Amino acid sequence: MKFSVYRYNPETDSEPYMQTFEIEHRQGMMLRDALLAIQEQDESFTFRHSCGEGVCGSDGVNVNGSNKLACITSLTELKDPVEVRPFPGRPVIRDLVVDMSQFYAQYEQVDPWLQRKEPLPEQEILQTPEERDQLDGLYECIMCGCCSTACPSFWWNPDKFLGPQALLSACRFLADSRDQAGEERLDKLEGPYKLFRCHTIMNCVEACPRGLNPTKAIGHIKAIMLKEAI
Amino acid sequence: MALEKQRFDTLILGAGGAGLNAALQLANANLKVAVVSKVFPTRSHTVAAQGGVNAALANVLPDNWHWHMFDTVKGSDYLGDQDAIEYMCREAIPTVYELEHNGVPFSRLANGKIYQRAFGGQSQDFGGEQAARTCAAADRTGHAILHTLYQQNIRAKTQFYDEYFAVDLIKDDEGIILGALVLNIATGEPLLIESKTTLLATGGCGQVFRTTSNAHINTGDGMAMVLRADLPLMDMEFFQFHPTGIAGKGMLITEGVRGEGGYLINKDGDRFMEKYAPNAKDLASRDVVARSIVTEVRDGHGCGPEADHVMLKVNHLNEDVIAKRLPGIRESAKIFAGVDPVKDPIPVFPTAHYVMGGIPTDRFGRVMPTADDDGDHLPGLYAAGECACASVHGANRLGGNSLLDILVFGRLAGHNIIDYVKENKTHRPLNEASVEASMARLDRWDAKGEGMTVSQLRNEFRKTMEDHAGVFRVEDMMAEGVEKVKKIRKKLNDIRLTDHTRTFNTNRTEALELENLIDVGLAIAVSALHRKESRGAHSRPDYPKRDDAEWMKHTLYWRESDKLDYKDVRVQPLTVESFPPKERVY
Repeated sequence: MKFSVYRYNPETDSEPYMQTFEIEHRQGMMLRDALLAIQEQDESFTFRHSCGEGVCGSDGVNVNGSNKLACITSLTELKDPVEVRPFPGRPVIRDLVVDMSQFYAQYEQVDPWLQRKEPLPEQEILQTPEERDQLDGLYECIMCGCCSTACPSFWWNPDKFLGPQALLSACRFLADSRDQAGEERLDKLEGPYKLFRCHTIMNCVEACPRGLNPTKAIGHIKAIMLKEAI
Repeated sequence: MALEKQRFDTLILGAGGAGLNAALQLANANLKVAVVSKVFPTRSHTVAAQGGVNAALANVLPDNWHWHMFDTVKGSDYLGDQDAIEYMCREAIPTVYELEHNGVPFSRLANGKIYQRAFGGQSQDFGGEQAARTCAAADRTGHAILHTLYQQNIRAKTQFYDEYFAVDLIKDDEGIILGALVLNIATGEPLLIESKTTLLATGGCGQVFRTTSNAHINTGDGMAMVLRADLPLMDMEFFQFHPTGIAGKGMLITEGVRGEGGYLINKDGDRFMEKYAPNAKDLASRDVVARSIVTEVRDGHGCGPEADHVMLKVNHLNEDVIAKRLPGIRESAKIFAGVDPVKDPIPVFPTAHYVMGGIPTDRFGRVMPTADDDGDHLPGLYAAGECACASVHGANRLGGNSLLDILVFGRLAGHNIIDYVKENKTHRPLNEASVEASMARLDRWDAKGEGMTVSQLRNEFRKTMEDHAGVFRVEDMMAEGVEKVKKIRKKLNDIRLTDHTRTFNTNRTEALELENLIDVGLAIAVSALHRKESRGAHSRPDYPKRDDAEWMKHTLYWRESDKLDYKDVRVQPLTVESFPPKERVY
């Protein structure tokens, strides 16, 4: 199987280039295995990876034009030749490694922690199974960045639009029956950019390797805002 | 260029559950804390924990911490320290409530309380009926906990050094740890962090074995740093092989699958655990189930064309149970085993999962440098989580006790560090010689020329460990393994890197990791060779019985001359009566 991978080392390359590798496609091989095989051929090839099972969120890359997690992307679902690039729109540190600091900063913008105003009970805060169900599809985010770096609104305004990942997280706390800062959370999302730059292009939904739906979450936040406004 | 230096009250190495729970206590107390992690915190391996965290909340079935303590002591095959175990089981309850208050999205029962499931080795009333003690967020409990702890640390404004690799501890002539030399991975520049206290929370070392449930990052860095600082590791021969890794791949299938009613079958469709553990069956302790699977396969009852695995049957369970309680497992089985567990059984085989041993600490998380049990701890150095050995798991860890260990002892270390810093307000003078030694270790990898690659030696090493220190261990096989690993250690000198640039050079960090892996691997192999009994996960067909008279003691290993020493198990709990050793049946 043929792989064309993006190469750039700021110390040695004046500009990025694509390099071709040939990899033997063994049964059950994931894209991460192929990237490791490339690394065995050329030790200087660099990418992030860790758990190998799609939960740590380290190895998001752009493959044949789509953002995917390398470790849970089977080679059988990829068209030969395979083109692997870093996430679009992020500054490249080296090869497939991009600088994600702005993505993390946007996450912090939504105050992503549970906020209680009442004193805490001695035991757990009670929550019915139905209330807990509201968190499904929201809490499982692994912060890989596949969604936000696939979003045109995030490409144009990464400093002003929070992006699908941060907004999904905002929704996760708005949806939690235990959280008591809903009003403040909504106030923080006001204005033309933070939330409302989402134009429901839905690239994020297609990109999410966990099958989550940030567009739906964003719609949900908008609906709550509308309800509060009336 | 002069080496950049920074100073903190506390340096925490590692941002998994232990490191983050410690950091949270310290940041809340307004200490100046640096958390150093070689990956962004939510990528730490705590994220992969599936089944849950044990606490005797009694939300589903009757329970109390004393039963939890009994199960843990028995599970440890009587090698766990009973004072530390009592502390952990008592603290489990407030620890889980605190996590819930911090926002962990636990699954819920109809009455609104935290959902708890049955796990292996759990009993009511000191060995009676099965208990349900494992608090779960579906089958993604580690993810839910790690993200929540990170979120709370954002609130508390903890200072993180993301993607910094810890090279070595820095120490003075008295052996006191002064901080660490770390490497900014993105720039390749070293940074010296001086600290009044240091907490090692660097996690496990599953990458020493070829087939493992552990992540690429689990390379025993903190353990190896401790060895290089002339401190010992304890009980390293006790390595847990999780019974149900995806066959041939190693990814974990949680024990929660069996807790929810799944069971193991061989090629004839027999539920073989009935034979090995008539009472607990598939929910016997992990060491027991792993050995049973290997025995079935060796006896020719394995499944598949190579007859090299067994099957985990789940398809008799209601699809709704699988969707609600085991959604992640269904996904993993589809992706890595190509089966949908709703329809077909999952091919499984034991996978290297967890090291019971580690950096010896007392029950306050303080590192103990000698075999003298009543001796002094090393002032200012702490360890918590999988890299540490308190020892609460002894010779075999129970499922659900790992998340518990990291959370309880991470939090406790945090509290003890706060007290220590109150009384020790100044930094000790820096020891330049120690800094130079660490820098030399980095510089060694600048050597150019022809040689082996990192991945060649790593592959050879991991295969050797798998062949010579696996589920069953006999004398000759292990002795040969020790010799081979010693040769591999020498071959480290033959490695030459081809990449000598500085920017995000993973070639260099992987070389540093391989050094760590080999040091830790040798600790495992040497400790295992000398323990001539079978206890917990250390199973020797040539010494099939547990030998309490001779071997109810902890092993200590030092890197210098591969020296061993032993120290007594602490059998006296804090407030209750000791559980004396008994034959361990499930």
